Amino acid sequence: MTETATAEHERLAFPVTGMTCAACQGRVQRTLEKTPGVLDASVNLMTGTATVTYDPAAVTPAALVDTVRDTGYGAELPAEEASAAEEQLAHDAAQESEYRGLRTKAVVTLVAAALAMVLSMPLMTAQHHGAAADPLMQLAMRYLGGPLADAAPWLYGAPRGLLTGVLLAMTAGVLLWSGRHFFTRAWKAFRHHSADMNTLIAVGTGAATLYSVGATLFPGWLLARGVSPDVYYEAVIFIIGLVLTGNALEARAKRQTSSAIRGLISLQPDTARVLREGIEAEIPVSALAHGDIVVVRPGERVPVDGTIVHGSGAVDESMLTGESVPVAKAVGHRAIGGTVNRAGSFRIRATALGAESTLARIVTLMREAQGSRAPIQHLADRISAVFVPVVISIAIAAFVAWYLLAGAAGPALAAAVSVLIIACPCAMGLAVPTAVMVATGRGAALGVLIKGGEALERAGRLDTVVLDKTGTVTEGRPAVTDLLPAPGVSDEALLFEAASVERGSEHPLADAVVQAARGRGIALEDAAGFVAVPGRGVRGRVRGADVAVGSRSWLRDAGVETDGFAPDEARLAAEGKTPVYVARDGALRGLLAVADPIRASSRSAIARLRRLGLDVVLLTGDARATAEAVGREVGIERVVAETLPEGKVAEVKRLQAAGHVVAMVGDGVNDAPALAQADLGIAVGGGSDIAVDAGDVTLVRPDLQGAARAVELSRRTMRTIRQNLFWAFAYNVVGIPIAAGVLYPAFGVLLSPVLASAAMALSSVSVVSNSLRLRRARIA
Amino acid sequence: MTFDQIFVLSTGLAAIAWINWYFFAAGRRKAAVAAGTGQAIEIVVDGGYDPSSIRLAHGRPASLVFDRRETSSCSDELVIPDLGVRRFLPAGKRTTVELPPTLARGEHEFTCGMGMMRGRLIVE
Repeated sequence: MTETATAEHERLAFPVTGMTCAACQGRVQRTLEKTPGVLDASVNLMTGTATVTYDPAAVTPAALVDTVRDTGYGAELPAEEASAAEEQLAHDAAQESEYRGLRTKAVVTLVAAALAMVLSMPLMTAQHHGAAADPLMQLAMRYLGGPLADAAPWLYGAPRGLLTGVLLAMTAGVLLWSGRHFFTRAWKAFRHHSADMNTLIAVGTGAATLYSVGATLFPGWLLARGVSPDVYYEAVIFIIGLVLTGNALEARAKRQTSSAIRGLISLQPDTARVLREGIEAEIPVSALAHGDIVVVRPGERVPVDGTIVHGSGAVDESMLTGESVPVAKAVGHRAIGGTVNRAGSFRIRATALGAESTLARIVTLMREAQGSRAPIQHLADRISAVFVPVVISIAIAAFVAWYLLAGAAGPALAAAVSVLIIACPCAMGLAVPTAVMVATGRGAALGVLIKGGEALERAGRLDTVVLDKTGTVTEGRPAVTDLLPAPGVSDEALLFEAASVERGSEHPLADAVVQAARGRGIALEDAAGFVAVPGRGVRGRVRGADVAVGSRSWLRDAGVETDGFAPDEARLAAEGKTPVYVARDGALRGLLAVADPIRASSRSAIARLRRLGLDVVLLTGDARATAEAVGREVGIERVVAETLPEGKVAEVKRLQAAGHVVAMVGDGVNDAPALAQADLGIAVGGGSDIAVDAGDVTLVRPDLQGAARAVELSRRTMRTIRQNLFWAFAYNVVGIPIAAGVLYPAFGVLLSPVLASAAMALSSVSVVSNSLRLRRARIA
Repeated sequence: MTFDQIFVLSTGLAAIAWINWYFFAAGRRKAAVAAGTGQAIEIVVDGGYDPSSIRLAHGRPASLVFDRRETSSCSDELVIPDLGVRRFLPAGKRTTVELPPTLARGEHEFTCGMGMMRGRLIVE
């Protein structure tokens, strides 16, 4: 694990083996400290690690390891840190095996529970069974008792001691095999002065078992003291079986919450067809080097990020961007690893590999997002920290109250056990993180990368969206929108003359003119004697004629008659377009209009944002007329024009000061300060270049619809979280008193411990299932 | 009140008092101090974090070595919300989490994936 400590120094932590005492530690540390190039070394005997700050120019990690080995101790170079993808896969495997284990245990235990119920029935008729008061057992008795007595009369003839003995043996088996981990984990937590769900299950089933064992072994002693020697074995087995079932369902559902990440990881092909010295060879992607030429055939997945150097294709990027239409790619375009080439074939030069690839960065970002904590969770955290000890206290109080008021140990024990079993801290713990996980995964599938729970929460509270104009609402690249040639001049001739001169200029407007000419397949010529006059225009000789391209005032000053186009210029300016005049040998040839075109989706996306109840503000450094024209075009009334980059931050601050919760949507580079100032920064990716790290939310595709999706998804998620939290709290607040028996005096309602365990299992499963609904939430 | 009733009542009250003392008051143990310039400390993950409070010096990098000695899925992820860290801790293995020297002064919580097990880093 190497990391940069400062510009020149690096830090390395590596394992050292064989150290047994402080003297060994001191020896290794002194040796390392004396090694040239080492600035600082510390050796930890406890962890068996050496941490060294060193100058990489003077000493290498391998040399440091050798130095330690020379002292007689073992040392190894640290393993490369597992990539996010590998870590996720390892985690998935662990979750899968846990689910399988739980499922087997649950099924076997439930079968045992059914058997135990049958064996318990004769005991109930013998009036020596506390569970006879249990509503669930009463029901079973009413419908199954008769047929059972007919089918197996010998069971009813069996001595009580034999039946309870068999039940005791079965319970012991269940507790030692399928239920053991509840006890071991509860004990471990207890040693740390903490308590969790396992504590509740262990105390609940443990108390019921101990009481039943006492009733089995010393029934006479209990009877003599006026206590009925009831046994609760079948309830214990049932509780363990149902809780295990709930745990298994929960494990499966939890696995599904990370299915989006798994989907992304599976996009990465294992092999690539590389072209080396003219020969195509299929090699593992991990063996690719920077600059390798990789061949991508039709129907194949692009194995790495790269720039197309040969051929063309139509690439399906939907898995990363949410864009359903394949994107045409030609030489010079970037292809992203993991996307699918639907048609055509091409070669790419690999540019980003391994952890630097777009796919890996998205996976890492998503894992980090899922590691973040939403502020809304604080309440759940505070409650769950005190939850279990409080529940145990309530259970004891219920036992005491029942004993004092009803005068019998049996119902008192049943009430206490029910309280312990029905309480479900898991539902509270799962309420927020599962929703955040599912939502970030769903977002990634929509091309919206959300940085974490806090970003989700703020996105759900927005009331104002500030849109940067250039590159966000518009394409960010000026283009020729209108051609107005003078009478007798063709469009082509006008473009040819203008573009041939503009080719020498580096002005963004010039680039638009050249691209327009190229787009029409016009062959350009070099202009002789090229001159650029900053802020006014350019001139040069094309085919022997003097061509000038620039503003009206510049050409008029040079004696060119421009008045004929005055109405056109006024109209273009009102549309937010920049007019460019072209003259040849002092005669006007026509007018070009250049503008930054509005993205096709902007208008509908802005309408959608407004339907979500958001105030939309357009922010730009452009002149007021241009800005207002764009605003009219896309349906934004509030336009703030002529702002400097610092002015954008000030505008966001001003809105915040007015009490608004503001999202800033911008390109992540020029708008970075405003994105940071806003309550929620939404960075718009530039096509294939995904600025994964900018903003709280990153739109993979340069499309404002993503901003609307982010808001819709966040609002849905916050609703799900609130439902989950409400359910988790309400469940416990209602369930625990009922289990304690508060309804008994008025309605005669008493919960059985078995029903309590079923409710508990259902409660955590329902929270996870509710979060999973976000995967299918309707978000266009 | 019979003797039995008095016995049950007093035992119950004593048990409630003891439980609340044990889980809320007795659990406040002193924070362990991470040693050396490299500030490495080993944390055993087994039904909880031991030690669960770790004192670190501000401005220096630190390594937390999590030694997970159980298979319970509760502890299979480590989350440090302030750092945006979510790491999988393989059972029976040591996992090192490097902390940047830029970690701010104050308390930073670390928890399991579902927030049931907790520990804290005290940077001062």
